[in-house]
Amino acid sequence: MNWTLALPELVLAIGTLLILVAGVLPKRETYFPVCMASIGALLLTAVLVLAQGEGSAFGGQYIADGFSRFMKVLALLAAAVGLLLALDFNEKERIGRFEYPVLLLLASLGMLVMISANDLLVLYMGIELLSLPLYVIAAFDRDNGRSAEAGLKYFVLGALASGLMLYGSSLVYGFAGATGFDQIAAAFNHQHGVSAGVVVGVVFVIAGLAFKVSAVPFHMWTPDVYEGAPTPVTAFFSAAPKVAALALLARVLYDPFGDLAPQWQQVIILMSLLSMVLGAFAAIGQQNIKRLMAYSSIGHVGYALMGLAVADTAGLRGLLIYMAIYVAMNLGAFAVLIAMRRQGKAVETVADLAGLGRTDPMRAAWMSIFMFSMAGIPPLAGFFGKLYVFLAAVQGGLWLLAVVGVLASVVSAYYYLRIVKVMYFDEAAGRLDDAPASLGVVMAAAGIFTLAFALWPAPLVAAAQSAAMALLGG
Amino acid sequence: MIVGLAFYLFAAVLLAAAAMVVLSRNPVHSVLYLILAFFNAAALFLIAGAELLAMTLVIVYVGAVAVLFLFVVMMLDIDFARLREGFQRYAPIGAVVGGILFLELLLVLGTWQFASEATALRAAPIQQGGLTNTEALGRILYTDYVYLFQLAGMILLVAMIGAIVLTHRQRPGTRRQSVAEQVARSNTISLEKVPVGVGVRALSIRRPPEPELEPRQLAPDPHGQGHGGHH
Repeated sequence: MNWTLALPELVLAIGTLLILVAGVLPKRETYFPVCMASIGALLLTAVLVLAQGEGSAFGGQYIADGFSRFMKVLALLAAAVGLLLALDFNEKERIGRFEYPVLLLLASLGMLVMISANDLLVLYMGIELLSLPLYVIAAFDRDNGRSAEAGLKYFVLGALASGLMLYGSSLVYGFAGATGFDQIAAAFNHQHGVSAGVVVGVVFVIAGLAFKVSAVPFHMWTPDVYEGAPTPVTAFFSAAPKVAALALLARVLYDPFGDLAPQWQQVIILMSLLSMVLGAFAAIGQQNIKRLMAYSSIGHVGYALMGLAVADTAGLRGLLIYMAIYVAMNLGAFAVLIAMRRQGKAVETVADLAGLGRTDPMRAAWMSIFMFSMAGIPPLAGFFGKLYVFLAAVQGGLWLLAVVGVLASVVSAYYYLRIVKVMYFDEAAGRLDDAPASLGVVMAAAGIFTLAFALWPAPLVAAAQSAAMALLGG
Repeated sequence: MIVGLAFYLFAAVLLAAAAMVVLSRNPVHSVLYLILAFFNAAALFLIAGAELLAMTLVIVYVGAVAVLFLFVVMMLDIDFARLREGFQRYAPIGAVVGGILFLELLLVLGTWQFASEATALRAAPIQQGGLTNTEALGRILYTDYVYLFQLAGMILLVAMIGAIVLTHRQRPGTRRQSVAEQVARSNTISLEKVPVGVGVRALSIRRPPEPELEPRQLAPDPHGQGHGGHH
């Protein structure tokens, strides 16, 4: 048993326990040092992931390959930035308690487990290890009714999704006779014709995972939870867990159910279509900017699923590039939103951004870059993310998806550009407080990535290409 | 012979206790009968040679679940007389549902097909020789599935942290035990030599002074920190 292969997970788990003890024992507030140690642990884990070998461990339950490496590094970086975003906000909102970074670390451990899952049991364990901390941090501002409501809603609907997924897994186990992905793939390889029970099982598993990435029609929780949860928690929700859940979805669909592609492809295509359309239209009327970002994230998941629906290397590469770019610009945009305070009080409507172009030109410029990029305007990174996905869809013959995708991104450009218009052309609603340094760093880093991707796309594209090849085997 | 006697004894007590769980009027008695039933079921498992299940039953069900029941029954003021209202009205529906379930059970048991290896497996459930079933279970749990076992542990840790984060509050004015303070108050205790055969009151032994009702509300308690929740 070569358990040393799982070194990143082991280091992160032990590091989390040590940090937890270090946070509990001192008789004074330990929020800041624990946050710093947690960011350090996440980055150390990312380095270990980069140095990780390939193969499987724990009797085939754990798998490490090029695909898992790409997704793990992305998820860990997103989690580290997500924690950085919370650093200042939580203290100002008086929820700066050391359990927050510890729960975030445990959620990150769950993400690593999900990305490396090679067994239905590990898949479920990873999802629960990711979800439980998320339910808690959604309700972290427990004296705020909306935050508690968000946590409870997320918990109830998440439990339902887990139940659906377990039911699907049990059906698959019943037909395949095994829980390991390799054995399931082998079992379905030998069968001629697919029984309806297997398809139902696969669809239920997809439904459970679609809930995690908030793809339509499993998106109902998203706007309420995103609005109610503290803003840095929303930022975290919209980035890292989606990376992990999409990675797991890709692995489940291509690995054990690769031979059932004609069956699940229709489901993914439908989810992608509905997500893009709903994300484009439902966000138009939103005044609360966190709700707007919730619908926006639903739309972005739709574009990412388009890459999955193509079911070949180009599509998977498009998905990986799209997720990397989405995470960067989304975290950047959330850094601007988290910095939105007026006289110390957090504000979160679109109208509160009015006049930012005159009162704080730098921040308004970064926000405009993120909004243009999300709308998919060249030469920003968001355009290329969409380009790779659309190209893959066209080459794969999914014309309908590509056309609807282009139309939906035109519609969604309306509400992204509305934010830019409010910032530059509306009457100032009063000065916003200065952004703290940590948020400024995140804005600048994400902004530079968004701007410079067009000049220097090769490293990311090459990494995504090799990751996609690793999963699809050529 | 002895085994047979023991089986019938434990089984009879188990059935009687189970009946009393349903029949007794006082809910606390019901829970106590439930604990008795659990113990007898554990004894039956022991007779059948399933020692791990027996111990698990005692530890988990008696140690945790039944105590939790007891807590709930004692803390919630449930009016059982009102719950029993309308028994005669709903009895026919209950009987119909019960009858359907009974018929289904009969159908399942009547058409049960045993797997061909089932008989052999039941005679010798452990393939490797010389292993007790606890050892065999441990081998599966801690060797084949150690990854999942550890993950389950992490999930339980999350549940614990989450419960503390969401509910634990630091209340002002709570009285915590302070060992250092207790040790340091040695000078307030005095030894007195008491003559034999005289009542305590007759000697007018001084009692320690009554504690103040609101001790040190404003002073920060140096021992109340560091357990999460700083509100």
